[in-house]
Amino acid sequence: MSDVTASPAPRGIPLRLLVRGAIIAAIALLALLPVLNQLPAGSAFRVSDFTVAVTGKWICYGVLALAIDLAWGYAGILSLGHGAFFALGGYAMGMHLMRLIGPRGVYGHPILPDFMVFLGYQHLPWYWLGFDHFPFALLMAMLVPGLLAFLVGWLSFRSRITGVYFSIITQAMTYALMLAFFRNDMGFGGNNGFTDFKELLGMPLNTQGARAALFYAALALLTGSLLLCRHIVSTKLGRVLMAVRDAESRVRFLGYSVTAFKLFVFVLSAVLAGLAGALYVPLVGIINPGDFAPGNSIEAVIWVAVGGRGTLIGAILGAFSVNALKTWLTSFAPDLWLFVLGGLFVAVTLLLPHGLVGLFRRPLK
Amino acid sequence: MNRILLVLMFLLAVVLPAAAQDSYLDALPGLAGGFGSQAEAVERLGASGDPRALPLLRALSEGQLRKRGTTILLPNGSDAATGQPADATDAETVRINNRVRSALRGALGRLQLVSISSDERFAAANSVFRSRSAENIPALEAAISRESVPRVRERQELALAASRLVAPEDAVKRQGIAILGGATSEDSRALLLEARATNPSLAGEIDAAVASIDSRLIYKRAAETLFQGLSLGSVLLLAALGLAITFGVMGVINMAHGEFVMLGAYTTFVVQEACRGIPWLLPWSLPLSVPAAFLVAGLAGAALERGLIRHLYGRPLETLLMTFGVGMILQQAVRLAFGAQNREVLSPAWMQGTLSLPGGILITQNRLWVIVFSLLVLGLALAAIRLTRFGLEMRAVVQNRRTAATMGIRTGRVDALTFAFGSGMAGMAGVALSQIDNVSPNLGTGYIIDSFMVVVFGGVGSLMGTLVGAMGLGVLNKVIEPWAGAVLAKVAVLVIIMLFIQRRPRGLFALKGRAAEA
Repeated sequence: MSDVTASPAPRGIPLRLLVRGAIIAAIALLALLPVLNQLPAGSAFRVSDFTVAVTGKWICYGVLALAIDLAWGYAGILSLGHGAFFALGGYAMGMHLMRLIGPRGVYGHPILPDFMVFLGYQHLPWYWLGFDHFPFALLMAMLVPGLLAFLVGWLSFRSRITGVYFSIITQAMTYALMLAFFRNDMGFGGNNGFTDFKELLGMPLNTQGARAALFYAALALLTGSLLLCRHIVSTKLGRVLMAVRDAESRVRFLGYSVTAFKLFVFVLSAVLAGLAGALYVPLVGIINPGDFAPGNSIEAVIWVAVGGRGTLIGAILGAFSVNALKTWLTSFAPDLWLFVLGGLFVAVTLLLPHGLVGLFRRPLK
Repeated sequence: MNRILLVLMFLLAVVLPAAAQDSYLDALPGLAGGFGSQAEAVERLGASGDPRALPLLRALSEGQLRKRGTTILLPNGSDAATGQPADATDAETVRINNRVRSALRGALGRLQLVSISSDERFAAANSVFRSRSAENIPALEAAISRESVPRVRERQELALAASRLVAPEDAVKRQGIAILGGATSEDSRALLLEARATNPSLAGEIDAAVASIDSRLIYKRAAETLFQGLSLGSVLLLAALGLAITFGVMGVINMAHGEFVMLGAYTTFVVQEACRGIPWLLPWSLPLSVPAAFLVAGLAGAALERGLIRHLYGRPLETLLMTFGVGMILQQAVRLAFGAQNREVLSPAWMQGTLSLPGGILITQNRLWVIVFSLLVLGLALAAIRLTRFGLEMRAVVQNRRTAATMGIRTGRVDALTFAFGSGMAGMAGVALSQIDNVSPNLGTGYIIDSFMVVVFGGVGSLMGTLVGAMGLGVLNKVIEPWAGAVLAKVAVLVIIMLFIQRRPRGLFALKGRAAEA
């Protein structure tokens, strides 16, 4: 995409325009899905509810992959804990959705969510205050992952923890969060997490209309994130980030504050992941501590590797294709899926270092 | 005079058992009466110390006694008085109420005090200790005078002291306080504190006894925490040692390390199943598993290094992702081959049981063996690196690959062997873990993050650092656990490591000199 990595344009229609056209066409095609969902049941072009729901999920995964690619592909920061930022954003939105259930829970308590009544809570814990307002929850879905990323990033980057060390620390971070969220007395529903959501912004979930609205919100987030990331990597900021990726100490000797640049991109990436999680939860209707599992984060990294890191569009492509493969394969041979996923890790790193996008490109070096 | 005494003693010896038998026979018909007379009969049977009373009262408490008039029938249909088979027509079950039940509990406890099995006597002493009633004092005193097993005797003396504590006379109470104050147990402390509320006159003595217990309990708790910490640390050490070689020395990050540990545990299971056919070999299946697990995991490691990792040298992030995929495949392969449920690996008899140290400290033997084993493996690794030709070549390749190659060392072969060695150690860790953890396909995932933390904390490339790191983290974890809970302790340790790395980014034992710059 960017000037640095794109190959020289061939004769005829410039490749860049071709790619840009393909992306716009793909987004338009995606935008058509909820419309086709409205068609009568007998129609040949009708898209099932399942397809819309699953594609909406993939779009959120696409944003997560984009966030990982921004940090890994451009600044060389391989985070194995991005699933934690995703899940934290999801939990923030989940808390809002839980508050909106109100007295419609099984226990019918006017204020407390079901699990709190069940666990014998007397009042709402202080950190649940404010989550009955949508803007506050949305803010928290960005702020909490952002702050955590700032803290972990600041502690790590300033003491020059790089490469695999940083990867392991972020993996330990998501592991620790998973353990913590599994606890009942954390006030986040323990291992059941949140589910049984009723409505969001006044529209009842689990209707065609709500699904379509969430789908478009996710698509807007994906398009917006893609444009933002593209803008970042094509400015001087992006050049510095790539320089940090390729030769960190040289950039430092040139007088740049490497810590600040890395911190910026890592926090931004975490915020994007948090937003993706916040949209993911109303789409799938559940969030639980399993989303913090280290395996989820590393699976998201492989989406980026499969698509081609350092290409932005490759990350999205990878998220869609790996998840499409997963959905297709787990429906008839669930035992095989882990072999295929493991095989993907091996094959991509050994045989396809530039991912799917690399197939359409001349080798860089 | 002496002769008269002798005669008297002889008479006593003859008459006493007879009297006891009489009290058994006397009490028996009471069981057929109302609840009041039943309770009284139970008390008398408990005091009789007669060997026939224990099975009788047990049958009564289980509702298996029947009566026919005043004759009591045992579950096998015989007359409880004579032991002869009796007519059981129209016999009805003997029913009891709560009052009789509570009398039964005390009586059974007292009778078990003279049971043949030492385990039963120990349990009886424990139940008397908990029920504590001054009425138990004579039975306990009698039992103590006959007791020969020190463990049971100690327990009985504690029970006696506890019973004395509730006796009506202050002098007897003082005796009890003195003995309880000499014990090192939470139970005695709780008993004393309970007695303090009802005996204001003895408050001074009780406080002194409690203080004496507390001063010894501190040491006991510290010793137990230390042991638990070392036990956890030895597990971490075992899991991290192989990693200290592959990651620390070679710089290859192997996320499939945990799966090699898992392979070692499954090898142990397979060796055990293979030994089932040869009964005399079965107790030794565990020692046999150690070399087997080393070989299996080592070969898997060599294959991984030669087949895949070799092509990714110098690209650590790709190596990380690739080995994670390999781990996933291994895990799924084992899951399909052995099933997802836990497999049971037995502990040989010589590893079971607990060791009790002076001061009331209890140590489970298999955990002690794991500590010993981890130190042995550490010694093995150190010896292999420092004393053997292979170790010398390995250090040469790590320090300067090109110079080593010019000196005629086949660096590719050394790489493969080093990686196989580190993976083999993971396999041996699996043998030990099969003793204290569930053998399941995801056994390794629980240890991989902790192991990396140990290696980073201890200092990359230093085996002694790994030892100190593992033991330090293990003890730290167990020190935090009592007041934060197991999960929060884990989280806290992770946070502490993060903060520690701020101060010493290269770990506790940082390499110095040229090797550090590589």
